[in-house]
Amino acid sequence: MTDSVISTRGLTKRFGSFTAVDRVDLEVPAGARYGFLGPNGSGKTTTVRMLLGLVYATQGSIEVLGRPVPKQLRQVLPRVGALVEGPGAYPHLSAAANLMLLDAAAPWADPKPRRAGRDRRRRVHEALETVGLAGVGRRPVKAFSLGMRQRLGIAAALVRTPELLVLDEPTNGLDPQGIIEMRELMTRLNENGTTVFLSSHVLAEVEALCTQVGIMDHGRLVAQEPLDALRRPTGRVLVELDDATAAKTVFNGQVAAAEGRRLVVEGLPVAEVTRRLVDAGLPVHEAVAERRTLEDVVLSLTGPGSDRVA
Amino acid sequence: MIGVELLKLVRRPRTWVSVLLLCLLPTIVAVFLSVSRIAPRPGEGPAFLSAVLSNGQLYPAAALGIVLPIFLPVSVAVVAGDSVAGEATTGTLRYLLVRAVGRTRLLVAKLAAVIVYTVLAVVAVALTGYVVGVNLFGSNPEALTYATSTVSGTPLTTADLLQRTVLMVAYIGWSMLGVAAVSLFLSTLTDSSLGAALGGLAVLVGSTVLVTLDAAGSVRDWLPTRYWLAWVDLFRDPILWHDIQRGVLVQGFYIVVLLGAAWANFATRDITS
Repeated sequence: MTDSVISTRGLTKRFGSFTAVDRVDLEVPAGARYGFLGPNGSGKTTTVRMLLGLVYATQGSIEVLGRPVPKQLRQVLPRVGALVEGPGAYPHLSAAANLMLLDAAAPWADPKPRRAGRDRRRRVHEALETVGLAGVGRRPVKAFSLGMRQRLGIAAALVRTPELLVLDEPTNGLDPQGIIEMRELMTRLNENGTTVFLSSHVLAEVEALCTQVGIMDHGRLVAQEPLDALRRPTGRVLVELDDATAAKTVFNGQVAAAEGRRLVVEGLPVAEVTRRLVDAGLPVHEAVAERRTLEDVVLSLTGPGSDRVA
Repeated sequence: MIGVELLKLVRRPRTWVSVLLLCLLPTIVAVFLSVSRIAPRPGEGPAFLSAVLSNGQLYPAAALGIVLPIFLPVSVAVVAGDSVAGEATTGTLRYLLVRAVGRTRLLVAKLAAVIVYTVLAVVAVALTGYVVGVNLFGSNPEALTYATSTVSGTPLTTADLLQRTVLMVAYIGWSMLGVAAVSLFLSTLTDSSLGAALGGLAVLVGSTVLVTLDAAGSVRDWLPTRYWLAWVDLFRDPILWHDIQRGVLVQGFYIVVLLGAAWANFATRDITS
């Protein structure tokens, strides 16, 4: 229990008669890269907002960094960096001025209360450098591109070198290079001990970055497992050969599908499948154990997003 | 946190543009008056405007009288209405709160910034009024004893006039704080700063309409704008305190209730902006 960075029990949020989050038990181990997946409207953002004390839970308990939320938010939040539903900034101010103002707003949480001003300038500068905005100068944020704003939002989350990063859709508006850059940044931060909690509906992003996955659907947490466990082999073997139908006879009743050059065999290891085919004189071009992709897992567990109104 | 809010206030171009505009209107009026030398007859037009031609030192009072009905409340309502809702619109409200700024503390800091703005605006208008008045209408010290008179007709010394002007600035500032409290409360209810500002103004217009309506006489003394013009009594001899005291109490009541409601709402609300 103690090595959980985020832990919720029966977390529920109702807006009127609508249940946005329904009895969710999150468990995010320290040092993990946790991917929080789910279709639009599945309750991801509401959950994130509850973790940060923006939205109050109807029922259930939350612990972040070992302390109850929202009761001890003041102790918890200075150790957390967050990006929630897109960046926010004062449009008429520069990137550095924005970060300085935001950081100065809670001076009791300063890591170094003495010489706070100088320390703040240094931290802001470092954060801007980390996200690749060091050269942006005095340009006001209203002149920023979507990607630059997103980088500024990530910089704001990093200013206090948090132990826990909560990022909601962090790659919105970034180009492919930017996405890779951010992925490398998060991996690097994670290797230095930061737990990353990443909420996203972009499966590829989670698949490429995360070690743990939680999947939400209609307010419920329908799966929570290490990524490798979710993508375990399905027990089926995919084979490519010259004539699939001819190979059917080799396996009695264990063939799930045979069409053209593709054969799907169930319930046998790859080595056994290839051995039998070769013994039967059928050359095998390729044979692999089928793994479920994250997409398969998610699609099998979740219904359509609630933005689809049919 | 209060320092940060003040910094935001002074860095915002809107603050200075609105104060400048507030000072501009009395200046324009003064220029017309000094060029044409046609003052409104006593009892017509904004208070004191009839008397300023003979002494410019009364112009601060006249200037505040000019901006009090609309311009001053509009600018205060805009700033107060924007305070929380504006942060919600730019998306910075959630980041301030996530940065461990407590909700109560944030609201107090916002209130402090609104108070500073209100005082700034009122004092700026009064000072502009003084500078413009003395320069355009003169303050002949000899004429002063004869010309500077209270509404009741007795003469006022410069020191006396100054003291009463300071009281007037304080009273008008307090009345504006009532406006600010309405808009600040609405600002915690909605994410639209325009809505909060207009809502505050709607309350004022409604109150102004009811004040003039005899049928609403039973509630008149409790309407927020009922005693707004009572500051004129500061320039009577002796000062007529009754309405001013009532005005301070009524505004105080609204300020306490509305700020309490703003706090209760903001501290328990789900931030979904």
